[in-house]
Amino acid sequence: MKFSITVTLKKDVLDPQGKVVQNTLINMGLNLRNIRQGKYFEIEINEKDQSKAKKNVDEMCKKLLVNLIIEEYKINKL
Amino acid sequence: MKSSVIVFPGSNCDRDIAVALEKMQFKNQMVWHKETRLPKSDLIVLPGGFSYGDYLRSGAIAGKSLIIDEVIKAANDGCLILGICNGFQILTETGLLKGTLLRNKNLKFINQDIQIKVENNETKFTNKYKKNQVLKINIAHNEGNFFTDERHLQDLNKNNLIAFKYCDYKGNVNEQSNPNGSLENIAGIYNSKKNILGMMPHPERMVDELISNTDGVNLFSSLLN
Repeated sequence: MKFSITVTLKKDVLDPQGKVVQNTLINMGLNLRNIRQGKYFEIEINEKDQSKAKKNVDEMCKKLLVNLIIEEYKINKL
Repeated sequence: MKSSVIVFPGSNCDRDIAVALEKMQFKNQMVWHKETRLPKSDLIVLPGGFSYGDYLRSGAIAGKSLIIDEVIKAANDGCLILGICNGFQILTETGLLKGTLLRNKNLKFINQDIQIKVENNETKFTNKYKKNQVLKINIAHNEGNFFTDERHLQDLNKNNLIAFKYCDYKGNVNEQSNPNGSLENIAGIYNSKKNILGMMPHPERMVDELISNTDGVNLFSSLLN
């Protein structure tokens, strides 16, 4: 079973990399309001039961992949 | 006094801190991160560097290494723990210190001598300094922008858990003297029991007049006191 995880900085946390990308796009003449930069993971696991599998992935997020002080995440089944 | 320096793949200040500790008469041992037992130590140091190439987040992978369980046990038993630079980042990733270190506000790696102020001189780490003493000390980091939630920040202030703040050479703490965007200019913090210190500046680089200055010496002599 395969899942994707998107990790982004929480709304209140400054994202300087996103800001630089944003300013560059604006300087290039492109029209946008806001950018937040994040991380993307794809995880394959050997588990047939979807709810168990999702629980495993959630545990991976909480224990290592995400710093819950500053980041939030979304899990999607692929 | 016995010390252990934990060495991770990518640590690069491990030998500097060993030289500083030995110069200050600590009996020091280097401990590889794959070890599962710590030698008897009064002080454990997590050194600066780029453990695991800063993959995922600075300090995230090192924070899960085998030896870390032993470091956490020792910390809970009251052993003194010092995390410098990447060591500070590792301490936040293990949960031994709260908060985190974000990318520097200006997105640049900063390597320069700056000033910090001793906010609390009544701890094991700083008792040889004067309160509000200004130290000239080196920083060299890309992720040193201290961030935490409102409740922890209040706790740090209320319980005197801020060790050092970035300041100018006169001791003024303000936006101009903040090199990396840290909340309230925070350069180093303690845990609630004050046996764990995490700091971004490098005291081990300031123990010799020939190559820099000796503003870091009192941190080590405080520990021996």
